[in-house]
Amino acid sequence: MISALALLSLWLGVIFVLLGALGLARFPDIYNRMQAATKCVTLGVCGIMLGVFLKTGFSALGIKALICALFILITVPVSSHALARGSLIAGVKLWKGTIKDKFTEDRGGKSIIEEEK
Amino acid sequence: MAKRIAYFIAGVIVWVLLSWTLHYQEVLAGVAVSAIAAGMFGGNLPLKASKLLNPVRWFWLLVFIPVFIWQCLKANIDVAMRVLSPGLNLKPGIVKIKTNLKSDIARVFLANSITMTPGTLTVEIKDDNLYIHWIEVRSEDPEECARMIKGPFEFFLARIFD
Repeated sequence: MISALALLSLWLGVIFVLLGALGLARFPDIYNRMQAATKCVTLGVCGIMLGVFLKTGFSALGIKALICALFILITVPVSSHALARGSLIAGVKLWKGTIKDKFTEDRGGKSIIEEEK
Repeated sequence: MAKRIAYFIAGVIVWVLLSWTLHYQEVLAGVAVSAIAAGMFGGNLPLKASKLLNPVRWFWLLVFIPVFIWQCLKANIDVAMRVLSPGLNLKPGIVKIKTNLKSDIARVFLANSITMTPGTLTVEIKDDNLYIHWIEVRSEDPEECARMIKGPFEFFLARIFD
């Protein structure tokens, strides 16, 4: 039973990582890609770690996997925020289908929405 | 000093969990390393030590965890559907929302939680305002945006950290 749950968790994790990678390839600009990379990959890796924990139980390996999952959950949003903020400040353009850009508006710059008009 | 002690205890707990043995040599090494780390960095802990001892805050943290996991799962299914839909179904934009949280640590956790929820990614924090990249802008009105994006998080985080 536990073994089946572990396998299910591992498979769900792998599928979400795959979807995250697919999103990374399909989405149009860095900000949208970051969304796929953060959400799917975090849950995917946490699923894999949970699978390892269920498989091995309360052993050195299982507990390490759980702590890894916790650290990933805390650090991935921070790093994605840093990357997105860095590219925004460095002036990486948003996708042309973007419908609102409050950040550039507030800075007094020319947003991609006005350029399209 | 209280901050350093809290940092030291957390360090020892993580060390013991990671090494997963109570052999005295391992524990002694953990105590030494935690003491050095606490001496060097403990003062930077962005929490008041008195807050760490308040059981009400811990209770709200326990309530917050399932809410967070549920939001996280919803986020993943949402993004997965978008990745798999043929036309991608995107209407992205950057919106600005205002937060009422006061302490830095609470804002950090709000930004992190927002990043983990459906279609939103915090790109910048300036004063009380958060700039959020939203994969599907569903509202132009700042009040409604804030309500939709922050969801239940601010309520819990104010009780845990502020």
